[in-house]
Amino acid sequence: MREYEADVIVVGGGPAGLAAASSCREAGLKVLLVEREEVLGGILPQCIHTGFGILETSEDYTGPEFAEMLERRARYLGVEILLNSYVTQLSYADGKGVLLEAISPRGVETMRARSLIFSTGCRERNAFEIGITGDRPAGVMTAGTAQALMDLHGLLPGREVVVVGSGDVGLIMSRRLALEGAKVKAVVEISRYPGGLTRNVVQCLEDFGIPLLLSHAVVEVRGRKRVESVIVSEVDERQAPIRGTEAEIKCDMVVVAAGLVPDVGLLEKAGAKIDPSTGGPVVNEFLETSLHGVFACGNALVVNDLVDHAVEQGRLCARSAKSFVEGALERPDVWKMALPGENVKFVVPQIFSGRRETTFYARVKSPVRDCALSFKEIEKEIGIRAAMPAEMVRVKIEGTLLSSLGGTLTFEVRRWQKGK
Amino acid sequence: MAERKVSVTCIVCPAGCKIEVEISDGKVVNVEGNACIRGLNYAKEECTSPKRVLTTLVSVKGGNLPVTSVKTTKPIPKELIGSAQMEISKITLAAPVSIGELVLRNLLGTGADVVVTRSVRPTEAERGCG
Amino acid sequence: MACKIAIIGAGIVGSAVARELTKYEGLEVCIVEKEADVGWGASKANTGILHSGYDDDPGQFPKRARLCRAGNELWHKLAEGLQIPVKWCGALVLAFNEYERKVLAGLLSRGKINGVQGLRIVGRETIQKLESNASQEAVEALWAPTSGIISPYEATIALVENAAENGAELYLETVAKKIVVRNRSVVGIETDRGFLGADFVINASGIFGDILSRTAGVSNFSIRPRRGEYFIFDRDSKPKVGMTLFPAPRPETKGVVVTQTTDGNLLVGPNAKDLEETERESTQTTREGLDEVWNEASRLVRGLPPRGAAMRTFAGLRPEPNKGDFIIEAYEEPSGLVNCVGTRSPGLTSAPAIAKEVTKLLVERGTRLEKKRAWVSERRAMTRFRELSSVEKDSLILKDPSYGKVVCPCETVTEAEVREAIRRGAGTLDSIKFRTRAGMGRCQGSFCLAKLLILLERETGRRIEDITAKGNGSKIVFGKVRPEHGTE
Repeated sequence: MREYEADVIVVGGGPAGLAAASSCREAGLKVLLVEREEVLGGILPQCIHTGFGILETSEDYTGPEFAEMLERRARYLGVEILLNSYVTQLSYADGKGVLLEAISPRGVETMRARSLIFSTGCRERNAFEIGITGDRPAGVMTAGTAQALMDLHGLLPGREVVVVGSGDVGLIMSRRLALEGAKVKAVVEISRYPGGLTRNVVQCLEDFGIPLLLSHAVVEVRGRKRVESVIVSEVDERQAPIRGTEAEIKCDMVVVAAGLVPDVGLLEKAGAKIDPSTGGPVVNEFLETSLHGVFACGNALVVNDLVDHAVEQGRLCARSAKSFVEGALERPDVWKMALPGENVKFVVPQIFSGRRETTFYARVKSPVRDCALSFKEIEKEIGIRAAMPAEMVRVKIEGTLLSSLGGTLTFEVRRWQKGK
Repeated sequence: MAERKVSVTCIVCPAGCKIEVEISDGKVVNVEGNACIRGLNYAKEECTSPKRVLTTLVSVKGGNLPVTSVKTTKPIPKELIGSAQMEISKITLAAPVSIGELVLRNLLGTGADVVVTRSVRPTEAERGCG
Repeated sequence: MACKIAIIGAGIVGSAVARELTKYEGLEVCIVEKEADVGWGASKANTGILHSGYDDDPGQFPKRARLCRAGNELWHKLAEGLQIPVKWCGALVLAFNEYERKVLAGLLSRGKINGVQGLRIVGRETIQKLESNASQEAVEALWAPTSGIISPYEATIALVENAAENGAELYLETVAKKIVVRNRSVVGIETDRGFLGADFVINASGIFGDILSRTAGVSNFSIRPRRGEYFIFDRDSKPKVGMTLFPAPRPETKGVVVTQTTDGNLLVGPNAKDLEETERESTQTTREGLDEVWNEASRLVRGLPPRGAAMRTFAGLRPEPNKGDFIIEAYEEPSGLVNCVGTRSPGLTSAPAIAKEVTKLLVERGTRLEKKRAWVSERRAMTRFRELSSVEKDSLILKDPSYGKVVCPCETVTEAEVREAIRRGAGTLDSIKFRTRAGMGRCQGSFCLAKLLILLERETGRRIEDITAKGNGSKIVFGKVRPEHGTE
C-alpha cells in the first residue's frame, strides 16, 4: 500500500481538475492530482470537434488540443499526477481534512490532505431514465459511449441511427455519425425547441439534412438482439405522449443524448449536501461544499456548456483551497441564498456571503430573446440579447450590491422591461 | 437575372437571428433581420460561400489508439466536406504522432491544411483498452 | 456402458438436474442450450426469491407444494457450497383489510401442512419493527422467516460450472428442435448443429416446454408465457427494504413484490400478464405494465425512490402450465423422456428438489445409480474485488496489476475479474455482466462498454464486429469507421 500526503488533493483530471491543480501549484501548494483513466483530459480527448477554449484563448480549439494544453501546463508546474487511480472511498472529518483510498495497478493507495477539490465530471442519463420501454437489444447506447467507440477506438457503432435529444452532445454525435458513413434518420427532441446551440443545429443537422423532430419522444425500442426500429410519438405541453401519433422509424442504433448528471456519489456518501436542481453539491461563493475544505468544480459541480467555465471554476477552487489551508477562508455566521426564480432552473453558487464580488452561473428553462436577468429583491437588470437553455448564463455581481441584500437573491429571466 | 431569397439562422451569438438575404446575379443585394454587423457578415458569407472547419479521424498504426483526430487549419467550402472526408479517410499515420503535425497540405486546393489534434504514443501492445 | 443423458435447457432447473446427475457413475451428462450463455430465459429475469412454501395448495398443486419447501431447505447447503450469494432475510405478506387477513390465515395453515417452519401472524407493531419501510396501512402480516433471496443468474452459472467440473458437457447456441423417438424410445435430440444421441432426454426447456414435449409425442399439457415487468434501482437509492414484502396473493399470482437483491439493489415487480402462444420471446417492457407494477408496489411500502430514478426496467416470461402444477414426469412411452417443465414460481426455489426428483424418476425407469466416489461438491466463485478488504486488494494487485485497473467504475470491477470471467466461459457482454456485475451499476454500461468490448476482442481473438451483447447477431459495432480508412 502506498501513502500520499498533500495540501490539496484534486480528484478528477479533466479540464476543471487540471486547471485547479495547476493553480494550486502556482499558489505554492503541494497538490496531488488523482485520475482514474490512463490519460488526462476527462471527456476532452474524445471531443474531436472545435469549440473549446474560445474565451480562454480566443482561439477555437478541439477538445484534445485544449486538454493537452492544460496537461502540459500542469506537468510543467510539477503537479504530482497519479493515473489509473480510482478513488473508492472518501472520508471527511471536520477539522481533520480528507482521507481517500484508491485502487491502481500500483496497489491500494491512501491519500491524506487538508483540502479536497472534487472534479469528477458527469455521467450520462440512460434510456431507462427517460422512460423508454420495449426490448433491450444491443445498439442502444449513450452519446458518450458512441463517441468513445468512434473517436477513441475508430469503430462504427451503427449504420442507421436515431438520436434521442437535441442538446449539443446529441447534435455533435449526429454530425460525427454522418461524417463516418452512418445515416442519421432523425434527432428526436421532447421540447418545442432544440436543446443545443443554433450553431450546432445548423452545422450538425441542417448541413447534413438530418430531420429534427421537435415535441417528439422515443417511446419504445424494438429488436430482440439488435435494434430494429424505434417508435416515436408526438408529445403534448406536459411532454406526455399523444396517443395515435406513433410512428415507426427503422434503425439499428439508438443514441441516447438525454442529459448529464454530476457524478458525485463519493461526495454524497461523505455527507455533502446535494442540490436537486443541479444534481451537484450545494456550494458557497468559494465553491466550497457543505464539507469545510472540500471544493467542487467543473461538471461535477454543475453541468457546464463551455469548458472555459469549468476551467474558471477549477481556478476559483484552487484559490479557495489556498485560503482554506492558510486558515484565511472567511465564512460569515449567516449565509445569503441565491434562488432560481421565474424561468430559471438553478443558480450556482447556492449560498454567498455578500462580502465580495461573486460570479454566478444560472440556466434558463425556456429560451427568451431581448431579455434581462433581473432580481426579485433589487432594482438591477442585466440585459442579455438572448438566453437559451443550451447556454448557461454567467454573471458577476459586485460586492456592494450583494452586501445590501437581505437573506436572498432571486434570479429571474424575462423579456426586457425597460424600453429597448 | 437570377434573383432569390435565402433564409439563414445566424450562429454568431445565442440570439440566432433569422436573416433574410436577397441575392441577385450571385451577389448579395439586401440583408434583413440581423441585429448586428457580425450577423450581416455571417449571413453574406453563408449565402455566397459557406465554409466549415472539418474535424475528423485518421487511422494510426502502432499507437495506443487506432485512430486520432485531425482538423482543417481553416474553414473550407461546405460543399467540399464530403470529398474532404473521403480524402482524409485514406491516410494512415504511424505512431508517435504529435499535435500540430501536418497530415495533408492544401486539402483539395482549398489552401487549408489538415493537422493532427490529438497526440498518439507508440505502444508494443496491439491496443490498450482506452 | 455409459448412459447418455441430454438435458434441454441450461436454466435453473436444467442446471440443477445436470449437477445432480453428475454425482453418479456411468452417466454422461450434457446440456443443450439455445442461448449464448446459461440461465438467459426466466432464470435471469425473476424476483430471486427462495419461497418458504406456504403459497402452494398441496391438494391443487402437490408437486409445487412438496418441492418448494424441500428446495428451500436444500438451498442453504447448496448456496454455501457453491458460493452463491444468498440472504435469508425473511418475508412479510401484508394484509390491508379483513378479507386479506383471512387469506393470511389460510396461508398460515397451508404452510403448516406443507411443513414450513417458523410461520407466524404478526400485528402492526411487529411489522414496523421487522421492516420500518412497510406500509403503515398494513393491519397484519404473515412473517415467513425461512424465506430468502438469491442471485438467480449466479445460481444458474454456479450449478453449471460445478456440473461441468464434474464432467457435464455444455453446448451453447445449440437449438434443440426435436426429441427423436424410435420404437417408442427416445434416441436423442435433433439440434440445429446436428443430431445428439441420448438414452434419456430431460426436457427442461422452460417456455418452450410443451413444444418440445410434443415432438416426442407427449402433448397432454400446454405452456403459455406469463410476463412480469420489473424496476431495479441502484444500490445507493433510498428508501430500501430489508425483508421481502408481498401483498396478499391472488390465485394467479403472488403479486408485485418489493425486495432487496443480494447485491443490495431495490427490486420491484413483477406484474402478471398472460401472453399468446406465439409470444414466447416477448420480453418487452410496456408503459401499462410498468405503471401497474409501480402502483401495486407503492401500496406495500411507506416510500419508494422516485420512479424516474430507476436504474433499469426489464421483463421476464414465466412458463405457465395449463394445469398449474409442475410437470415432472417420466413416461412409459416414449421411454427415456423426462419432462421437467411448467416450472413457474416456485421453480427457482424448487430447483434442487426437482433435481432429486428427476434422479428418483430415472431410478424408477430402471437406471442403476451409483454415487461417484470422487465428486467435487464445491465451487470457488469469481473474485469479488469490491468486497475484499484493503489489505486483500493490495496483495491481489501486487500479484496481478490488472486487479488495479478498474474497468467498471460504478461497480468497481477490475480488468482481472473481466479476464477471469472470460476464462470461465463468458463470450458476450452480458455474460461478463452476469458474472462480474460490470454494466449493472448506475450508468448501465455507459462508462465500461467500450473497454469491455476491447477486452473481449483482445482476450478471445475474435473480430470486433463478431462480438455481441447477448449472442445471435446482437453485435455491438459494425467494424471500423469508414472501411476505406487507411487504404492508402
